[in-house]
Amino acid sequence: MTASLLSFYIFSTVILLSSLMVITSKNPVHSVLFLILTFFNGAGLFIILHAEFLAMILIIVYVGAVAVLFLFVVMMLDFKISLDKNNILQYLPIGFFVGVVFISELIIVLINTKFDLSNIQILVNPMIKFENLTNTEAIGSILYTDYILYFQLSGVILLVAMIGSIVLTLRTREGVKRQSIQSQLDRKYKSTITMVDPKSNEGVDI
Amino acid sequence: MIELNQFLILSALLFSIGVIGIFLNRKNVIIILMSIEIILLSVNINLVSFSYFLGDLTGQIISLFVLTVAAAEAAIGLAILVIYNRNAGTIEIEKINSLKG
Repeated sequence: MTASLLSFYIFSTVILLSSLMVITSKNPVHSVLFLILTFFNGAGLFIILHAEFLAMILIIVYVGAVAVLFLFVVMMLDFKISLDKNNILQYLPIGFFVGVVFISELIIVLINTKFDLSNIQILVNPMIKFENLTNTEAIGSILYTDYILYFQLSGVILLVAMIGSIVLTLRTREGVKRQSIQSQLDRKYKSTITMVDPKSNEGVDI
Repeated sequence: MIELNQFLILSALLFSIGVIGIFLNRKNVIIILMSIEIILLSVNINLVSFSYFLGDLTGQIISLFVLTVAAAEAAIGLAILVIYNRNAGTIEIEKINSLKG
């Protein structure tokens, strides 16, 4: 048994167990932590597949940004951990049915199919072309040339997501007094001060 | 030597766990968002394993775009979750019924 096969079995066992824990654990914080473990093992699988850049991106983006975002929201929203079994058991039959059908179909197909990829001649970006480059250089050399349109479109998607989440969560509270620098600067003494010349014993009308 | 089918079976199992998570979970929406993340991770494993065994780099590029879309989707989903919790006071799936569906 080679080292890569052994590490594949370790990573795949841990990834399956931790993703099962994500969907079954009662406490959402535990779910997020198991999700982080799932992503780390996914990164390990990517390294086995010689996709080092994607593995590092998976750790940086998923663990560093998405999972921490989940953790923030979980801690901000303050769930009540429900302990009644009825809700879970109510949907257990349909979920179990769908899951078993799905798993058995996919496994039957995948076990009986032998993918023969060796005689495929037409490759879009064959790795032989990038033999003396690292994985990151190879990805960069085609991401910024052939796929530049998709790269910029994904930037637009991220921009729209950023603006959308800011607009969704923005709120202006009623009754909060804020400093308005513009109205302070616009204030002239003529509009706020009136000079009066009061007569003796009569006072002033304001 | 690792075969392609082992990665595909692992990815299928991971995908099924995500789908079962969407069905079984009735407590809060955030676990459903995590299940969607698991599903997207399994799709990424599929793409990268085909990329490796085919000797073609395109799968990794597409996997990068899937990652981008997943990050955007998580941000929007969590923002919707936060404002729904602010307006309705709950994110339990049983109690989200304002559309009367």
